[in-house]
Amino acid sequence: MSPPGEPAELEVAGTPASRLAAYIRGGGVVVPLLTVTLAFLVGGLVVLLTGNDPIATYRAIFEGTGLQWLFPWVTGDDRTTAALNLQQTLIITTPLILVGLAVAFAFRAGLFNIGGQGQYIVGTIAAVWVGSSFEGMPGFLHIVLALVAACAAGAFWAGIAGFLKATVGANEVISTIMLNYIALWIGVYLFSLGGPLQNDRDPNLPVSNEVVESAHLPVFWGDPVLQGLHVGLFIALAAVVVFWLLLNRSTIGYEVRAVGFNPEAARYGGMSVAKNYVLVMAICGLFAGLAGALNVLGWQFRIATNDISASEIGFMGIAVALLGRNTAAGVVASALLFGALQSGTSQRNLDPSIFEPDLASNLTLIIQGLVVLIVSADVLVLGVLRRGRGLVRRRGRPRPTPAPEGEA
Amino acid sequence: MSPRQLGWLGIGLGVVAWYVTLPPLLVRTPLPSLVLAVAAVAAGVAATRGEDRRVGRGAIAAGLLGGIGAIVATRSGVGNLEKVFVWSALFAAMLRFATPLLFAALGGLMSERSGVINVGLEGMMLMGAFFGIFGADMFGSWVLGALAGIAAGGVLALVHAVFSIALRADQVVSGVAVNLLALGITGYVFVAHYGDQGTPGEVPRAPDVTLPGIKEIPFVGEVIGEVNLLTWVALLLVPLLALYLFRTPGGLRLRSVGEKPRAADSVGIPVLRTRYLAVIASGCLAGLGGVYLSVALVGSFNQGMTAGRGFIALAVVIFGAWRPFGALAGACLFGFSSAVAQRLPAFSESLAVLFQALPYVLVLIVVAGLIGRSRPPAAIGVPYVKE
Repeated sequence: MSPPGEPAELEVAGTPASRLAAYIRGGGVVVPLLTVTLAFLVGGLVVLLTGNDPIATYRAIFEGTGLQWLFPWVTGDDRTTAALNLQQTLIITTPLILVGLAVAFAFRAGLFNIGGQGQYIVGTIAAVWVGSSFEGMPGFLHIVLALVAACAAGAFWAGIAGFLKATVGANEVISTIMLNYIALWIGVYLFSLGGPLQNDRDPNLPVSNEVVESAHLPVFWGDPVLQGLHVGLFIALAAVVVFWLLLNRSTIGYEVRAVGFNPEAARYGGMSVAKNYVLVMAICGLFAGLAGALNVLGWQFRIATNDISASEIGFMGIAVALLGRNTAAGVVASALLFGALQSGTSQRNLDPSIFEPDLASNLTLIIQGLVVLIVSADVLVLGVLRRGRGLVRRRGRPRPTPAPEGEA
Repeated sequence: MSPRQLGWLGIGLGVVAWYVTLPPLLVRTPLPSLVLAVAAVAAGVAATRGEDRRVGRGAIAAGLLGGIGAIVATRSGVGNLEKVFVWSALFAAMLRFATPLLFAALGGLMSERSGVINVGLEGMMLMGAFFGIFGADMFGSWVLGALAGIAAGGVLALVHAVFSIALRADQVVSGVAVNLLALGITGYVFVAHYGDQGTPGEVPRAPDVTLPGIKEIPFVGEVIGEVNLLTWVALLLVPLLALYLFRTPGGLRLRSVGEKPRAADSVGIPVLRTRYLAVIASGCLAGLGGVYLSVALVGSFNQGMTAGRGFIALAVVIFGAWRPFGALAGACLFGFSSAVAQRLPAFSESLAVLFQALPYVLVLIVVAGLIGRSRPPAAIGVPYVKE
């Protein structure tokens, strides 16, 4: 710890704002890259220990992502396959960007939103309900209505956690996790056999009604029949811009960041911390709900009860946000990484003769966990940086008497 | 009457309001229950006006829930009620559902008493659940399986400890990471080793304990006459842990590290070592909770089988105000709600699905009502840096 008589050092060490600044000065892109490399290395070790070839495995996963489409020397059939795979990667990246934003926005306000999954689920429910009702509505209007409904549902769901935090001080970590499970069981109930939103055609299938054709998001790359890439990607990218503007160029964003840095100071400055908690969570839920809508209107078109219980997109948002340093550009980059990992290890894209997709999806989880774990210890990186700088500065001027070791 | 007594009276009235409409009493009109429920809420309000807000809020909640429960019960058929509310079976099921929660909650409160939040309980339970049954299958003995499960939970806890204590990581983020890791590791080894087959059917399982004398007693015998050995272990751990925490020097040291680490350090208590041991112990206990799930209760493993029990256990810790007997009460409350939810299919298949959400809703209510009123250890979540 810094010795007494050095108030400037204490000030720098104090607030999260200065910590973040110090972090970015200390190589903002380098540390996430190191993090990913380390996580992949450990992941490769796991593959090796279980008797598989890590290099061949990673190569097969990379080929599954379709990213080699970006290389101009890939031609012919390979290029066609790569294009198909890349479309899948981007289809998965789209909701990941949004759930990443949902978690990142909360982090910037000093809140931990683990409820992305639940907010995503209520978003899909709202979107599939609006999308499959109101037949004969003009397509564009129908899509907008479904998107708005999903955003509202997500915002309401996350708002519950914000409201509880603001009024009775309920810890948002526990309340958002509980809201995930409640959303899950509500969803399973709605579409299960005999449930109120189960489809009208086959009473033996626990599936929702189909989204009507006119409410499908247009496909702009690839064949709509083969699940081409829909325009939701642009909606997600627009949301990234909104996220950046909201955070950096608006009064709301200013208050959000102020509350995140220091709630006491924000309160002293005349901001309503309670109102901010509700608002922040609602905005988070809006992003996550939108993610659900884009998946439903873009390629799923219906929800089965299995989809709800098997989906883990919302949880991946945590890793996306943390690896992206909770910034707009960072979230896009890490969403692409995790989207590629997800599609590269999917049943559809990974060659099972090299590595079993079932194993690979668990490998993805391990890599995610490692990424979050390493990111969580960035205080270590910061500590090393700060100590280094402190030494440099101390050498340059008369040393203050150091505090005796061991005495508190 | 003191506000505290008034509050407890309110909680009692709320429970009775619901109870009279259920078998064996089966009052078929909601009127008496509603009177009781209103009285419970009134007592709660009065208690809240006095100094005991926590119990008062509990009484208001009990009154509201009791009233709603009574209305629902009087509107459903007697046959259905008698199918669902077989009290002895309900209490036996409550014990089964409470056991894993209790193990994890006892672990969680040890860790939190030492000042480290353990969001990773869920993952540690999952490790225990998988490696418990994996070990039982490998070694052909449930005891060795249980030891493997405990060790697996402990190893994961060690990771959490290194990151949150030595590297001073954000404890919540580190806990979330550990959960993801556990999900990936157990899933990976499960698929790699068992493939599509799943765990074998004839894995050695933890035995039930039959109490010959007690089994013949009508109600008590049906509830605790034949209970799994691990449930008894969990119940036995409650007084032992209470004794350790509040009546031994070791327990005092543990608590002081969580309340005021600097002061503890100044009298020579090794803060970091104490925290390491507490976190590892919490992982071992959570692992044992997982072992109970797979090796005792179900006899098989499936991916992500803990289904949020570790998170419920965190709420149980808060509900129990960081005390072992409080945790026991909390685990029983959530166990009971799970037991009711499990028996509800008698009413309607699709509604029963919805009622699976009941324990989680209950956690939300409890967390909303109690946090802020019950006081956590002072130094919780704050990494300790030696001066």
